[in-house]
Amino acid sequence: MKYFCGIDIGASTAKLVIADEQGCIVGKAMQRSGVDYTQAAQTLLDQALAQAGIEQSQIAHTVSTGYGRDNVPWADGKMTEIACHGRGAYFHFKERITVIDIGAQDSKIIHLDDDGRRIGFKMNRKCAAGTGAFIEEIAHRLALDITELNALAEKSTKNEPLGSFCTVFAATEVLAKIRAGVDVADIVRGAFCSVVNRIVEMDRIDGLLVTTGGVVAHNPFLATLIGRAFGTEAKMPPEPQYTGALGAALFATKQSQEGQE
Amino acid sequence: MAAEFKKIQSSGKMKGLMGQYFTELMGEEPTGRKMAWCTSVGPAELLRSMGFDVYFPENHGAMLGASRMATDLIPLANAHGFSPDICSYLTSDIGAHIKGVSPFQKLGLSGPPKADVLVYNTNQCRDVKDWFQFYAREWDVPCIGIETPRSIGAVDETIVQAIAKKTEALIEPLEAVSGQKFDIDKLREVVRLSKECTKLWKAVLQTAATVPTPLTFFDGTVQMGPAVVLRGTQGAVDYYELLLAELQQRITDGVAAIEGEKHRIYWEGMPIWGKLRDLSTQFMELQTAVVASTYCNSWVYEDLDPSDPFVGMARAYSELFICRSDDYKEKYMLEMIEKFSIDGVVYHDAKTCPNNSNNRYDLPKRLEMKTGKPFVVINGDLNDMRLYSDEQSRTNIEAFVEQLAGA
Repeated sequence: MKYFCGIDIGASTAKLVIADEQGCIVGKAMQRSGVDYTQAAQTLLDQALAQAGIEQSQIAHTVSTGYGRDNVPWADGKMTEIACHGRGAYFHFKERITVIDIGAQDSKIIHLDDDGRRIGFKMNRKCAAGTGAFIEEIAHRLALDITELNALAEKSTKNEPLGSFCTVFAATEVLAKIRAGVDVADIVRGAFCSVVNRIVEMDRIDGLLVTTGGVVAHNPFLATLIGRAFGTEAKMPPEPQYTGALGAALFATKQSQEGQE
Repeated sequence: MAAEFKKIQSSGKMKGLMGQYFTELMGEEPTGRKMAWCTSVGPAELLRSMGFDVYFPENHGAMLGASRMATDLIPLANAHGFSPDICSYLTSDIGAHIKGVSPFQKLGLSGPPKADVLVYNTNQCRDVKDWFQFYAREWDVPCIGIETPRSIGAVDETIVQAIAKKTEALIEPLEAVSGQKFDIDKLREVVRLSKECTKLWKAVLQTAATVPTPLTFFDGTVQMGPAVVLRGTQGAVDYYELLLAELQQRITDGVAAIEGEKHRIYWEGMPIWGKLRDLSTQFMELQTAVVASTYCNSWVYEDLDPSDPFVGMARAYSELFICRSDDYKEKYMLEMIEKFSIDGVVYHDAKTCPNNSNNRYDLPKRLEMKTGKPFVVINGDLNDMRLYSDEQSRTNIEAFVEQLAGA
């Protein structure tokens, strides 16, 4: 049995997946990317190998992706996170899809046709608005743990809008709302809606809407709001934070097969 | 991947030619001629024919960007009162003036020469006029020019006659500065040489329609120097004859600028001067050739006419891509995409150059629908590298090439 490895070293979190020839995940691991990407990759590999109960020699091919894709010395190939999130999402939804991936530092909208071929993509502009970094900043301003946000936003019935494009200005708006005694849950919902607005103005969507990445994995209500904003239901693959790593593993499978042809 | 840049052998001659031009303008030996500053698509032919030395500050702006001095100098102009949101050629050049530094000093030259007159054409943008007016106030010298309409559809006779008259009206104030009488025959000769230069420069750029291309956009941003600052001189004509011959030889010998060329890209918008090396290396490693641009073609003026020089200049400088309507731009790019066998378009959205950022009015989507060729937008700037993200651009370009490859 051959196995394929995909590793996604993102700006905040590194994720690794070991998949079999059918794309079934047999081992996976995740940790903060930290400051030593190469070491993080090795630690994740060791954990995932142990979980899968296999040796590194059984990994036929590895593809790296994410910001740290050049820092995995044992990777056989690399692909961008745009390619990998598309591939990982299409594995679960084999039709024309638009993938919205919200990561710590950037957001992407990826268009795939019925055959899973990418026909377009957009990344956010050079700005933290509409990304996980924005959510983290708001949590910090509200003295909340990041894990508390989803429940709070879901509980709120009132959106306290944050008007600014800019994360710094939005944080100032949050301070003004705290001073005015606005309910914290409503402020969190307002922050979620701000992220949604930044996403909606990036691009149009075609076909099925699929959301991936760590931000929606931890805040599924954000995906719900994105769906509502686009007038559709936002689907989510299983374990959406691993979608990029799974896509990388699927590219590893493809590259390995092409190498044998 | 051990890819290597293929050096253009003629470049040595160009460096000599440009060096000689800069030394004449800024060296210790006075030329005895008056100094005119001219916008890069201003009436340079008229100024040359009237015996002025002609200096182009946009060239200095590009040098400040390419030498990566700009980002440290722009804040000085911002503090002076020029917004960080306006043209970063302007702000980096004025910042350099305030600090008294210039990349010319690294060549042993004093720095930009003081103007006796500043002559603009707003066909590119209003910023060039504001830029020149700063120096007019600084040195108490005249600032005169031509206000060309913007978003021009057809360049009709009304526009041409108006611009021709405005250009002719410059003669009197220029005579007052130069102390020389205008001579139509001298103008005809300069226009003739300028037209020769333009024809050759166009032929140089069109060699890139060959598959594989012998020349990239990044080569073009360097090779265009004489077409900008020395048009109307025999030196520029001689240089482009030499360069064209070298590129034609490359075509004959099957020499590709990018080894193993797989994809062909159109670059729309300004160069990112501080990142030219990084970007050209990335594209080379991706075996992707950037073969065409509107930017390098901005110094092709086919309507110059020695027999009717004012009308010819008016027509040529109003037909410039940057001052045209989106309808015209769409048609122009459609033809270029076809002619250069383009696989995809990279739009550079330059934060401080709205006039030369053509992704902002839905043009990319319209062109994609018509041509089926995909596009990507890179957010950045011509000179202000605070507005550029290496990582985002790198990923965008890599992902775009993956898409062209079918991933």
